[in-house]
Amino acid sequence: MKRREFLKSMTALTAASAFSASAPAVWSAAKAQSRQETLLIVSESGPNNLDIHGVGTNVPGYEVSWNCYDRLISHEMKTLPNGTPYYDKYKFKPELAEDMAIGDMSVTFKLRKDATFQDGTPVTADDVKWSFDRAVTVGGFPTFQMSAGSLTKPEQFVVVDDHTFRVDFMKKDRLTVPDLAVIVPCVINSKLVKSKATEQDPWGLEFTKLNTVGSGAYKVTNWTAGSQVVLERNENWKGGPLPKIRRIVWRMVPDAGNRRALLERGDADVSYDLPNKDFSELKTDGKLAIVSTPYSNGIQYIGMNVQNPPFNDVRVRHAIAYAIPYQKIMDAVLYGLAKPMFGAPAGAPIEVAWPQPHKFNTDLDKAKQFLAEASVSNINVPISFDLGFAGVNEPIAVLVQESLAQIGVTTTINKVPGANWRTELTKKTMPLFENVFSGWLDYPEYFFYWCYHSGKSIFNTMDYQSPAMDALIDGARSAAATGDKATYDKDVKDFVDLAFTDMPRIPLYQPYVNVAMQKNISGYEYWFHRRLDYRAFAKG
Amino acid sequence: MTDIAATPRRDAALTALLRHARYVIAENPVTGFAFALFVLIVLAAILGPDIVPYNPLASDTAQALKPPSAHHWFGTDQLGRDVFSRVIVATRLDFFIAVASVALVFLMGGLAGVAAGFFGGWTDRVVGRIADTIMAFPLFVLAMGIVAALGNTVQNIVLATAIVNFPLYARIARAEANVRREAGFVEAARLSGNSDWRILAFQILPNVFPIMVVQMSLTMGYAILNAAGLSFIGLGVRPPTPEWGIMVAEGAAFMVSGEWWNAFFPGLALMVAVFCFNLLGDGLRDMVDPRRRT
Amino acid sequence: MLTMILKRAAMAIPSLIGVVIVTFLLTRALPGDPAAYFAGPAATPQAIQEVRVKLGLDKPLIEQFGRYVVDLGHGNLGNSLTTGQPVLTELRTRLPASAELTLLGLLVSIVIAVPLGILAATRPNSLIDHACRVVATLGVSLPVFFTGLILVYVFYYLLGWAPAPLGRLDVFFDPPPQVTGFYLIDSLIARQPELFMASLKQLILPALTLGIFSLAPIARMTRASMLAVLSSDFVRTARASGLSSFTVIVTYAFRNAMLPVITTLGMVFSFLLGANVLVEKVFAWPGIGSYAVEALLASDFAPVQGFVLTMAVMYVALNLMIDVLYGLIDPRVRLEA
Repeated sequence: MKRREFLKSMTALTAASAFSASAPAVWSAAKAQSRQETLLIVSESGPNNLDIHGVGTNVPGYEVSWNCYDRLISHEMKTLPNGTPYYDKYKFKPELAEDMAIGDMSVTFKLRKDATFQDGTPVTADDVKWSFDRAVTVGGFPTFQMSAGSLTKPEQFVVVDDHTFRVDFMKKDRLTVPDLAVIVPCVINSKLVKSKATEQDPWGLEFTKLNTVGSGAYKVTNWTAGSQVVLERNENWKGGPLPKIRRIVWRMVPDAGNRRALLERGDADVSYDLPNKDFSELKTDGKLAIVSTPYSNGIQYIGMNVQNPPFNDVRVRHAIAYAIPYQKIMDAVLYGLAKPMFGAPAGAPIEVAWPQPHKFNTDLDKAKQFLAEASVSNINVPISFDLGFAGVNEPIAVLVQESLAQIGVTTTINKVPGANWRTELTKKTMPLFENVFSGWLDYPEYFFYWCYHSGKSIFNTMDYQSPAMDALIDGARSAAATGDKATYDKDVKDFVDLAFTDMPRIPLYQPYVNVAMQKNISGYEYWFHRRLDYRAFAKG
Repeated sequence: MTDIAATPRRDAALTALLRHARYVIAENPVTGFAFALFVLIVLAAILGPDIVPYNPLASDTAQALKPPSAHHWFGTDQLGRDVFSRVIVATRLDFFIAVASVALVFLMGGLAGVAAGFFGGWTDRVVGRIADTIMAFPLFVLAMGIVAALGNTVQNIVLATAIVNFPLYARIARAEANVRREAGFVEAARLSGNSDWRILAFQILPNVFPIMVVQMSLTMGYAILNAAGLSFIGLGVRPPTPEWGIMVAEGAAFMVSGEWWNAFFPGLALMVAVFCFNLLGDGLRDMVDPRRRT
Repeated sequence: MLTMILKRAAMAIPSLIGVVIVTFLLTRALPGDPAAYFAGPAATPQAIQEVRVKLGLDKPLIEQFGRYVVDLGHGNLGNSLTTGQPVLTELRTRLPASAELTLLGLLVSIVIAVPLGILAATRPNSLIDHACRVVATLGVSLPVFFTGLILVYVFYYLLGWAPAPLGRLDVFFDPPPQVTGFYLIDSLIARQPELFMASLKQLILPALTLGIFSLAPIARMTRASMLAVLSSDFVRTARASGLSSFTVIVTYAFRNAMLPVITTLGMVFSFLLGANVLVEKVFAWPGIGSYAVEALLASDFAPVQGFVLTMAVMYVALNLMIDVLYGLIDPRVRLEA
């Protein structure tokens, strides 16, 4: 690192040559100092919209929203055994609201009186109502996420006075309050945005796409789409202790090898976008700090279309479940950086938890046996996956293809470009495919509602229709709403058991969120959205 | 009854060709080297799958990413497959892509070009417009667009390469056809009652072939590089088929972590093949047209 | 001269029309569905249909094409789905990035290939001749992205000589005020020499990658052209008159040999604009190439259409410029035209 030594030694020569444009000392000193105050994040792709309420906002856009806008409440942190701070899904923390009173059919918030938006305007309950109305009206993902906590109508949001805000429940739902702490119900500067709204764009989406107008800890000062995002600290942030990092530069570097090179040479501070192999090696090398945390409520699985042959026969599905090369995948694709969701011991009881492992493991003889029982042969199907995640999906597909060939099932590998993946999933015609699903709200009934309940949820990618399963899921949700623990536990155990008996999808593993950081960076926290929270980071 | 008269003439022609070839190769050892390399590549393409020590598709995750050794001459890749076997077996596919692209573009571009040069008029104008339109595209993006739209199969990659090279072949063919339009043998063929299309296909096109052969060997190299570039974007051949381009594109990710063999050996094979085709092109040019010897 | 330019431009118009039509059809043939993308995850089929209507994608192709052409007439190239920005704005910021890189790459290539070609021509069929040919051909025998990755690996990762492949500028520099969009020129206009050095440093590796890739055609053409000229009468006269070898080669022969080389340069430049795409991906370069590739893979019509149209127009303009340059350099051509 000759360059770094050079820079450090130059710092001493600043004062005299401050105004000499040609001396390298002046920018080296400034550079060294500002490098200390800046956090440089590198990732493969960046946001396409700075507003989570925007149309077609991608996942990196959620990260901007999280850090630049505040919500009424947030979560406290608990500490995992390995020392990583992890959000506590049961404990809430005031952010814009300083008090929360949960009633029978409503919850009332008292807002802080000193919070202001980044342009100085005070935050009032009107802003909260306007923002929430917006979230449930714009459609698309934000509206869908609000509905996950039964927040669906603007009538539910009531302004009691300037600093008091109430949310009325349409029905009792355990997920309503947690849903208020996710990214979507953020509080936006309604006066400013309303002034930028037009007839065609009543919610001002075009303006918030390019500008962050919240009361959050950071604001975007420069965004070059596809290139970089620059964020600066909001010195007047009231939602928590002032963040230590003054400036964040988030650069898009498409090549994974280059990202690793940047980290190893110290030219980047943080990245979470590397292949598992690199994370596992960097961990052993010990030059960087690597933190790996399991996805909350997330599973990578092999799905099958259960309405059409050959996978409409449960015996064929069991055959496939026995033919998956689980351990090979864990070793060669994930390098051990995932939690296995297979191979639970035969006598183990089903827990009241999700994710949990199923009892299948690689057993080609049993697989052939089941196929024979179903009297099905000469199966030839494509195995499809999202090209956007080819790094993991492709080797898994290759290994699965090889293993299935040994029981007489022929497959062709079908890479579907990312933009087309959702369309293909909606069609529900793909016979065999890989996918990953995870929910922000970490509750089993939430996962099962979206993935196993009949009805046209896009996440029920297997087109699984089972009245028995529906009844159990509905039962669990209403039991949770009323606090009936006994029924809840029983229903959860039963629906998990049914899922493992019917096997419409074969869980493979619970992925890890991996982050690589320079050793002098601290403050990484795991959040349900799995993106970075800049507010707790510190350098040096 | 054997045609005694024809045989010595044919023999004489063949010997003359061989003598000329030997002269050119002696003049230019690099060309000789390229020819030898070409023969090697063809042999690998034909015999490849039968002589390799391992099944190129067989994964063995316990042996993943092992460096070159006595067991695995080129090491193993991320799924434990033998890189040497994959590189040799890939020769067949890459050679096929090269040859198929070139054959297709020769037929398409050659026929269109000679038709344009022979008939003139509207044919010439239409073919010229099509060629100009294709040339105005950024060529690699056009190839990407075609493969993205039609699907990433080997056939589509070959088609995309052929389309992208169409204007060049059409132009060369057209120039040659223009020259030969009034030639004696064409007149003779016409007088014997051959239709225009027969003349085009059986008289003119074969005469154009030697001129084109130079460009064709360059295109063979280009076809392989094109497939590699498409693989880097994610539009290459489907896994787990071994193909040099996709092996380089995937292996490149392992360079930084030190597993250089994953990308190095396929890259070397690719470079050697393209290099060989390029040099071959130069050598063929020397053989075919001494005026243009460069 | 002017009539020739106008005539050529007029002849190019059908090609441009062809390009517009073909791109339109090709992008519509792409497998992605922008409506599904826009509607977001968890969209029901009805929601997707609503978005489709809103985007005007449910209308028949002819009508969509008509609307596209009308927009084009107003200079509206549409909006990108993936970045949400108007295509024209993005092209305007990204085009100089690609152009700067390509031009520098071409310069690197010329600086290496032309002397190589001249050297090879002055000693035909010698070891040096063969060596030059081998070196030039080697450069073009590797996929361009692989060359780039190797350069990054060796010069950045192993040796630390080159700066981080983070794009056009290091994190701590702000771009110079936009005049041409070329950082090298703009930083000099703004009198910021350290910015100039910083931009230049980031340009070296990607320009080298492109340069290596375009060595072969330029070297080959230079050699061929020089060979032809060196055997001509006036060179023989110059030699016979006792002029030094250097004067003969550089002052007389090379100037006359330049013509075909310039045509080749034009061809190589447009070829490089296409090869740009891969180099930009490797070096995180915010140019139009990477823009077009990302858009293509996301089935995002507008940027792809805008990109292709821009490239086509540039190609036509470039060819025109070369013809004019040709006419300027070689009076014989002018008289014939």
